Amino acid sequence: MATSVAHTSAPAAHHYTTLGLDSRKVAIWAFIGSECMLFVSLISTYLIYKGRSVVGPFPHEAWTDPTTGHVLKPILNIPVTSASTFVLLMSSLFMVLALAAVQNKEKPKHTRGERILGNSKLWLWMTAIAGATFLGFQAFEFTSFVHEGLTIRTNLFGSTFFTLTGFHGAHVTAGVLWLLTLLAIDYRRGLGSRDSLLVDIAALYWHFVDVIWIVIFTLVYLIK
Amino acid sequence: MDNHASTTNLPDSAEAQAHAPHAEEEHAHPTWSTYWKVALILTLITVGEVWAYYIPSFVAGRGFVPTLLFLSALKFTIVVMFYMHLKYDHRLFRVLFTGPLLIASLTLIALMFLFGHLYFKVM
Repeated sequence: MATSVAHTSAPAAHHYTTLGLDSRKVAIWAFIGSECMLFVSLISTYLIYKGRSVVGPFPHEAWTDPTTGHVLKPILNIPVTSASTFVLLMSSLFMVLALAAVQNKEKPKHTRGERILGNSKLWLWMTAIAGATFLGFQAFEFTSFVHEGLTIRTNLFGSTFFTLTGFHGAHVTAGVLWLLTLLAIDYRRGLGSRDSLLVDIAALYWHFVDVIWIVIFTLVYLIK
Repeated sequence: MDNHASTTNLPDSAEAQAHAPHAEEEHAHPTWSTYWKVALILTLITVGEVWAYYIPSFVAGRGFVPTLLFLSALKFTIVVMFYMHLKYDHRLFRVLFTGPLLIASLTLIALMFLFGHLYFKVM
């Protein structure tokens, strides 16, 4: 009975586990673990069907259009994807700076540099803009592929490529929306060190999306 | 009775409070200068990867794929350790992340063998 009373008076806002960890953080790590399995299944499917497309366009090899007889270039645009990869890597930097700014919100800032580094709105905006830029690159890539004759139904490469990168793009979109909700909270009442876990959880999701792209970039774009 | 049993399995508030500072200690994150250095290293590795892609003799060689896989794994580890703070956080988070990742990676390798992308050389 005494135990029950003690529990009902426990602060509900903390959600601590018996290890003293916040349940929400345990939940996001478990979610990220399950997402790892989802993306590895998609990557596996891509790799299994790699090089088994019967008709073009192909990712790394030139191909002949059967209708026109023209020899066309490999479809992947490495310079553009390298640029989008760089943008996503930088977004991870902006995200950790946003988290650090929220965690150190109450600390006094004396110099201009400290004020810039402590501006959570700035870094959240930068992260969201970088994420949106990455999505813009992906939209450009998808559109150009469709114009060059590669759709999700064209061949095995098209099916597996659009499914894998499309799922990743959907995750980036969810991340950008999440960041915008954090920005809305920041403008409404200000994010402080008490909210650092909220930002930490969003940051973990964002970095996960980044690490998945690191793998996709190498396996899909760079390895021939 | 069941109700009582379930409540005794829950953490005591005093215990949870006692653990909370411990969790905070595990959570000491690196400084912004570390973050900049990590970003620089990640950028340099990515530049190296793309550079390697444009060297035909290297691409044709046997070292190309292992090198890219190693660099990719290195970038993955750096982001997870420093940006996701897994290096500084509680051990349970490491288990929650590396456990499924290990299962998924082993499944991937098994599938590669099953579909003939990887094979053992029989003498």
